[in-house]
Amino acid sequence: MLLLASVALAFWWVPDDADQGFSQRIFYIHVPAAITAYALFGWAGWKALRLLWRGDERYDLESYTAIHVGLMWGVITLATGAIWAKISWGVWWSWSERQLVLFLILFLFYSAYFMLRYSVDAGPQRARMSAVYALFGVVLIPVSFLAIRLAENFIHPVVFTRDGPQMAGSMFLVFCLSLAGQVALAGALYQTELAGKRLDSRLRELRRVLA
Amino acid sequence: MTGYVQDVAALARKDFLLELRTRETVPAMLLFVVSALVVFHFALPATAGESERVAKGLLWVAVLFTALLGLTRAFVAEREQGIFDGLVLAPCDRSAIWLAKALSVAAFLVLAELVAVPAFALFFTGVDAVTIAALALANLGIAAVGCLLSAIAAASRTRELLLPLLFLPLAIPIIVGGVGASVADDPGRYLAFLGLYDGIFAIISWASFEYVVTE
Amino acid sequence: MIRARSLTKRFGEHDVLDRIDVDVPAGGFLLVTGRNGSGKSTLLRLLAGLSAPTGGELELGVERAAIGFVGHEPLVYRELTALENLELYGRLYRVPERRERIGMLLERFGLWEARHQRVATYSQGMRQRLALSRALLHDPELLLLDEPFAGLDREGADLLDEELSELARSRTLVVSSHQPERVAALATVRLELT
Repeated sequence: MLLLASVALAFWWVPDDADQGFSQRIFYIHVPAAITAYALFGWAGWKALRLLWRGDERYDLESYTAIHVGLMWGVITLATGAIWAKISWGVWWSWSERQLVLFLILFLFYSAYFMLRYSVDAGPQRARMSAVYALFGVVLIPVSFLAIRLAENFIHPVVFTRDGPQMAGSMFLVFCLSLAGQVALAGALYQTELAGKRLDSRLRELRRVLA
Repeated sequence: MTGYVQDVAALARKDFLLELRTRETVPAMLLFVVSALVVFHFALPATAGESERVAKGLLWVAVLFTALLGLTRAFVAEREQGIFDGLVLAPCDRSAIWLAKALSVAAFLVLAELVAVPAFALFFTGVDAVTIAALALANLGIAAVGCLLSAIAAASRTRELLLPLLFLPLAIPIIVGGVGASVADDPGRYLAFLGLYDGIFAIISWASFEYVVTE
Repeated sequence: MIRARSLTKRFGEHDVLDRIDVDVPAGGFLLVTGRNGSGKSTLLRLLAGLSAPTGGELELGVERAAIGFVGHEPLVYRELTALENLELYGRLYRVPERRERIGMLLERFGLWEARHQRVATYSQGMRQRLALSRALLHDPELLLLDEPFAGLDREGADLLDEELSELARSRTLVVSSHQPERVAALATVRLELT
């Protein structure tokens, strides 16, 4: 978690981007946040697959927790993206920002996942239905990305190209540091959340046995 | 294999028979799609030139929401009369239940479009062959994904409320492909995209239906 | 035929079935008794494979295709006729000589005259008789009947009595009932749920 603090410090250390100046710094939060969210959604999909394969209910809790934390990072991505859009183009929302649009779709999708969980009684059937929906999410990410690409005209500056990162060494270092920090924080949150949820279900079990 | 086809045929036949008997879903879809087009006329401030392109987008909105109407009804009989148990007990592959339902929903959707497209041409602007092809491809994707989600929603407490929430984020690529095919200069890639969507989502819906209906 | 060890089913925090042990040999007749809400239906649903146990072991000696099940719902479409419903199930179960078998069952359960009527127009007793025909359609080896006398008229109940004593000779049966007097004489195994 200390990693994140070091990233915040590095904020003042990186040189300004030639084109975009200071505003470019939010990139160090925005893009790693997006990558972290993808990783969490992917992890949730993997656990969902394991649940359908093995039928072990603990995977349900893991998949659910990953989506829970993933949605938090999705919101961070949306918020930082909106700030970036405001600084760069003077508007809070831009349909030409691909990743932002994708995260809006994912935000809606995974919010529906929560609605699904809340409107079905807990049990193996809910676990399986949630898992199926989580798997749909993993497939939806690339399909939506392709759809957005097909639907848009290009305005947004793309920093990563196929040739690899075009960043100064220090910028790339900070980027990686931020990514590592966010992944570590998300991982820690995932573990805490999971432990909390497990404790909760064990408490309920205990109460049931005592009753 | 022939056994599977027979199961699907028997189940789909039952769905058509039910619709023929109750006449609940298809007339509602027809009326809805025409009403929606009329509403769109008044919602569309007339600006010559651009309005044709915009109207084509609205055709897709009308089709999507009409499909949603049909999907909401897809598993009503099974859910209200507890017949899922009977179908799940039967020795057929569970995915046959999904496939039969998807086929019947797609057929109902085609019926709705048989009215919607001429009505659209009458009210707004003509529809070209590419749009028809895109509608055909979109029907498959809508029916495939929609029937799986409809079965999920049927098992929930909120039912009709949940289905649009589950379905719309997944329908965005269909709209992109459909509208793109209708208005873009190079419709080929949009049709290909719709085909890709159908293929991917039909496969995962087919493979995962069993998990949704068994307790 | 059926072997259950510490079979448990839990809904939320509520144990509906708590560590049930039961053995039914092939050709046996298990009578499940207990008051309402004691888990009789849940047990039968577990046996039918409609619901998965939370814990314990359950072994069945037959496949899904050889189970006949009668639950609270008749499991037929209300807007279709008796004939259309049985036709559908007959196809799904690949019943040989489907038409003859369906005709024979409708005849036996006194539904032949009403075969072209929608099930929605049926009385409670007729629906239950249709449910029984549906469950027997594919000549199952294991028959699970959950409160089969519920809603059955006198005539139907007598018919079912006859049918049960006939079936008990060649099939494995599990019958749940909160008024077990009717079938007590046939039972070879009894299970009292509390």
